[in-house]
Amino acid sequence: MLDFPTWRKVWLWLVTALCVLAALPSLLSATSIRWPDVLPQPMVNLGLDLAGGSHILLEADAGQVAAQRLENMEENVRNTMRSAEPRIRIGDVSTRDGRLSFVLDDPSQIDRARELLLPSINGTGLVREWDLAVEDGNRMILTPTAEGIDQAVSDAMESATEVVRKRIDELGTREPTIIRQGETRIVVQVPGLQDPDQLKALLGQTAKLEFKLVDQSALPSDVQQGLAPPGSEIFAYADTSDFAGTSVAVRRLGGIRGDNLTGAQQSFDPQTNEPVVNIQFDSDGGRRFAKLTTENVGKPFAIILDDTVLSAPNINEPIRGGTAQISGGFSVETANQLAISLRSGALPVDLAVIEERTVGPDLGADSIKRGMLAMGVGSLLVIFLMIASYGRFGVYATVALVINVAMLLGIMAALSTTLTLPGIAGFVLTIGAAVDANVLINERIREERKRGRRVIAAVENGYNEASRAIYDANITNFIAGVLLFLFGSGPIRGFAVVLIIGLFTSVFTAVTLTRMWVAGWLRKSKPKDIVL
Amino acid sequence: MKLLKLVPDDTNIAFLKWRVPFFAISVLLIAASWALVFTKGLNYGVDFAGGLEVRATFTQTAEAPVGDLRDQVATLGYGDPVVQRFGEDNQVSIRVRLPDEVSADKEAAQAAANDIVETLQAEYDDFRLDGNDNVSGKVSGEFRQTALYALLAAMGAIALYIWVRFEWQFGVGALFALFHDVSLTLGMFALFQLEFSLQIIAAILAIIGYSLNDTIVIYDRIRENLKKYRKMEVPALLDLSVNETLARTVMTSLTLLVALLPLLLFGPASLFGMVAAITLGLFVGTYSSVYSAAPILVWLGVTSDSFVPRESAADEQEKKARGLV
Repeated sequence: MLDFPTWRKVWLWLVTALCVLAALPSLLSATSIRWPDVLPQPMVNLGLDLAGGSHILLEADAGQVAAQRLENMEENVRNTMRSAEPRIRIGDVSTRDGRLSFVLDDPSQIDRARELLLPSINGTGLVREWDLAVEDGNRMILTPTAEGIDQAVSDAMESATEVVRKRIDELGTREPTIIRQGETRIVVQVPGLQDPDQLKALLGQTAKLEFKLVDQSALPSDVQQGLAPPGSEIFAYADTSDFAGTSVAVRRLGGIRGDNLTGAQQSFDPQTNEPVVNIQFDSDGGRRFAKLTTENVGKPFAIILDDTVLSAPNINEPIRGGTAQISGGFSVETANQLAISLRSGALPVDLAVIEERTVGPDLGADSIKRGMLAMGVGSLLVIFLMIASYGRFGVYATVALVINVAMLLGIMAALSTTLTLPGIAGFVLTIGAAVDANVLINERIREERKRGRRVIAAVENGYNEASRAIYDANITNFIAGVLLFLFGSGPIRGFAVVLIIGLFTSVFTAVTLTRMWVAGWLRKSKPKDIVL
Repeated sequence: MKLLKLVPDDTNIAFLKWRVPFFAISVLLIAASWALVFTKGLNYGVDFAGGLEVRATFTQTAEAPVGDLRDQVATLGYGDPVVQRFGEDNQVSIRVRLPDEVSADKEAAQAAANDIVETLQAEYDDFRLDGNDNVSGKVSGEFRQTALYALLAAMGAIALYIWVRFEWQFGVGALFALFHDVSLTLGMFALFQLEFSLQIIAAILAIIGYSLNDTIVIYDRIRENLKKYRKMEVPALLDLSVNETLARTVMTSLTLLVALLPLLLFGPASLFGMVAAITLGLFVGTYSSVYSAAPILVWLGVTSDSFVPRESAADEQEKKARGLV
């Protein structure tokens, strides 16, 4: 076992060199020496607990997606039936219990109605989106399928992630990480951000902008009590508006949404000098906005942002230019924020912050400095103990340990994993395992010598006998590591990753590399006795 | 050059002689630990309890006014805050377990955080905000669950592997040793009311890994000796195995200890809980390998027959075919 053919030596050194090289950029980044830009730059990312920054976990309300979808379907059904030739009259429309049901005035039209609804029922994707049932010969019931809802939630999350990305980019923060997690969650990590409030305000704003006609038939007293006339709904005025504390009734259907904007900027009202937001519709949105304003000149319409009314101005004249101005008691800051939110598009679903962690950069840097110092002192003590106890073999073990740490860093950099505080616990364990492997081997060689074996046989036996326990211990830890990675959440995973990579590097350096060095030394100097 | 030898050659300490009292002590300690966990409870950090944690440094003051802070935050009406020193004397962590209806409402939770920070910044000129965590009840519940599942799954799989590689008695022994280590660590956290966070779970995992290493080294030697000394009494054989591996046990524990102590003494404050747990686990894990994992083998009836290769019919046929018999 002490035979090391040249090709094997070359191979081992090559692997070592590659891994150590990969660690260099990360190690150099702590100093002033610059790694040449032309070379690849694998880096170990420092977790937010070490580097400072904000971690925000957002969760979407899947129920809201389903409700919105139901509402869209209702509008779709109404439009389809109204524009059918001949028109299909429906009544008793209800969206209770998460399904849409309505009654056809003329039961003989049921087949035509079914035919017209087929495209929206089947949807555009691979899954069937709605189930259609007919009761009593004239009542049609549309129930969303589970797959359809899942698909809708998944689509909503995808575009929500995109919107979040755009908004954070607008803030100009560097290297944000935005990842979808699970079915309804988004993780946002922004390193080095001192004040996360602005970020959270921006992410928390759904920015669903709607223009709906005010229902003038509603009695003011009913509206203030929250009683809406049929076909209308009640929204409260925003806290910032002049009418804060009061509500307004608007027509549920027939409004338009501010989804199709090409731009939004904060600006000032020329007359009042109040901060406002100017928006530009795209051609389709502009056309619809023009139609709405043309058909309703003289009537008030409500500008609704995230279910609160900003203002409800009268339509003095048709607005055909495709632009509009939104006012509602903004400050410059909130107007700016709204402009960013509108530019990046509305979130298809509300996002709630369910976890937030912020670490100040001072603390992170301090942690690293102290951690480095402590690790340095610890390493020196370990090296002293190893060399004092095992002499030449202790030197081999020490060099292996240094390479081990470098390789572990290198592989982590190459896989661009993140080093977090729990990861440092993994580092400590890895170093422990590597030291233990060498202690096991060296103690075993001592034992074999005591039993009277010759040098070569003792070393060979020492490595072979000790390897069994080393492998068993490492495989068990590997199993544990994999399970931790699969079942654990964030910090536990950070630990597991270091543990798993560390197992490989520590067996490689502490067993394979030291064996190669010991074998080389034995060959060259052929000692009669070894000091151990 | 004379090399350092921490353990003299050929020790013959009768470890197993005291196995009954020591095992009784272990069982008692486990029971006491769980009693502590259930009566005093763990001092859950925001990771597991949900709520708000604000960490801050008083840059101009030598010692943070902990009592003052507690009163200040308590008057804001978010319930009783937990205010603790955190590393240095001038660093504090302030934890508030928000009422459910507040933590469920993101804006209210945010307002509460801002309220606390602004009040303290107004009150103390040198109040430097180092970080804050805000974990909703939903997420903290999930953390509790995943941490528990991860631990259980890992321990189960470890026992299974050892059973396959050794014998079932060894699997039971290793599992008991791990249970012992986890219990005592939890007990220590309950006793001293140290903050129990996700990091501590990572520490417990490191302890499990280390203790397991130790147990496997001793088990490996026991397996070897069981094959070698067929006639030896099992307790004597276990003693021999523990003694033979004693030099390694001491050396490994000591090297790990000298690596951990600097981290404990002047490492980052945020690592203190984790390093303290691992250091404690180092002792507990070494102890359990000798006094829990090994004696269980005696009681579960491990004999040297356990590792006599049982020849199957297929093996015999193969031997015959090769002309070995």
